[in-house]
Amino acid sequence: MTRERSRRLLPWLSTALILLAFFVAWDVFVRVTGVSELVLPPPLTVAESLVTVVTDPLTWQHAQVTAIETIGGFLIALVSGVAVGVVLGKVAWIERGLRPLIVASQVVPKVALIPLFVIWFGFGMTSKVVMSAMLAFFPIMLNVQLGVRSVEAGQREVMRSLNASRWQTFRHLELKSTMPYVFAGMEVGIVFAIIGTIVGEYLGGSEGLGYLVVRTLNELNAPALFAVIILLSVLGLLLYFAVHGLKRFFIPWHESVYGLQDGNR
Amino acid sequence: MPTDSAETLHQSTNARPPAPAKLQLVGIGKEFHTKRASTHALSDIHLTISDGEFVSLIGRSGCGKTTLLRMLAGLLSPTTGQIMVEGRSLWNGAKVDSSVVSQLGVVFQEANLFPWYSVADNISLPLRLRGLDGRQRRERAYELAELVGLKGFEKSYPRELSGGMRQRVAIARALSIRPKLLLMDEPFGALDALTRERMNIELQRIALATKATVVFVTHDITEAVFLGDRVVHLTPRPGRIRRITSVGFERPRGIDVQTEPEFGAIVRDLRHALDEEE
Repeated sequence: MTRERSRRLLPWLSTALILLAFFVAWDVFVRVTGVSELVLPPPLTVAESLVTVVTDPLTWQHAQVTAIETIGGFLIALVSGVAVGVVLGKVAWIERGLRPLIVASQVVPKVALIPLFVIWFGFGMTSKVVMSAMLAFFPIMLNVQLGVRSVEAGQREVMRSLNASRWQTFRHLELKSTMPYVFAGMEVGIVFAIIGTIVGEYLGGSEGLGYLVVRTLNELNAPALFAVIILLSVLGLLLYFAVHGLKRFFIPWHESVYGLQDGNR
Repeated sequence: MPTDSAETLHQSTNARPPAPAKLQLVGIGKEFHTKRASTHALSDIHLTISDGEFVSLIGRSGCGKTTLLRMLAGLLSPTTGQIMVEGRSLWNGAKVDSSVVSQLGVVFQEANLFPWYSVADNISLPLRLRGLDGRQRRERAYELAELVGLKGFEKSYPRELSGGMRQRVAIARALSIRPKLLLMDEPFGALDALTRERMNIELQRIALATKATVVFVTHDITEAVFLGDRVVHLTPRPGRIRRITSVGFERPRGIDVQTEPEFGAIVRDLRHALDEEE
């Protein structure tokens, strides 16, 4: 019981300690080297700035914009990624025909396209949504494709020997056994979606936390820059944990979930 | 009438006249054709299995025993011949009669459980596919869990079970629909020797309790003789029935039967016959 408990507490404790050590080291470093506040402000200054930034209602408007762009892009990527992944996973000749193009489009540094999106979709939210959807699409699509193909032959035989209809096979076998792959794709996808949004905001527009980063940079306000970056990280964490929570809810039977819970592996 | 006389002729050759034929294989053959070669996997298999009988199919790997079982299970169509379950044809050409398939229970070498369903839900999956309501499914699942020795594990998930327990679930799942015929393809092949021995004892109990007719594929001679009323020995290329051995011991058999001289003699004969191949 106590071992179980200490095992559960360990990640919290270790994270807290490492962060504390990190902040102390940071503070000591600034004091000892006397580095300019424009380059590296001490942690306390950042904390003060964080309070100022957080209490500014405008910040929340920007955060909201970033969140909406990311979630919007992610949802588009999820729907289209699952749809395309299922088709490519199921229909071999389509996959073969499109494979060169898919590989090519994966290799293209998609972030380079953002200026184009700005030209096509303007400086508003649309260009960012498109960017985040595009980045999140590939990991989701590829995972779903893999998942559709990874349905175990033995389990298929069971369904066949039970006279299961196509719909029943889909509902009880294919759907369930593809779910872990969908969630694996989603976990990568949500991180990519945030990257897409932020880079999009860096390059164009006047809204969002990414824009706030650029603005504080131009003002040479390093403490505020740090504060916004922290906010962005928190937003990223929240979105990731939301997806992870969905995964734990929907596929508690999968080893990627119960392995975490029991600490078996 | 010609049909009647064929029937009587058949009855007279049957070893157990009173029991009706549960399963009849008439001239079963199977050829596989690929671009490069065609393989004659099975040829001219004739076999009649009566109600409640336990028949072991044995042979070296590649003798077509799994192929034969897959044809019996409705997963693979025979090239020639007829498979009759209680007088009804399983295959119409390459098309399987699903109403006949629905009377079969199949257990594979791997348990092939669905990890997203609990033990009870795995057992009752076949009933769910047939549209039984939750209460009926639950009742039957709990009843079967007890039968296969998994009482108390109904709410567990497959990942929490050992290999032997998973295979018990697979057996329970196959039994859930009260099959007329239970087909088992090396069901204990992946288990360790001790677990396997115990499962063999359990299987006899389950088979007798459910009055199941069983076709059991194995490559283990002792297992085949221990379980079967009859042991059918298949030889490869093409797979044919070489010999059918009756095992006289009353079922259920205790583990001690294996030390009887007659048991040893049957095993020895089969081993010699198998060793002669190649």
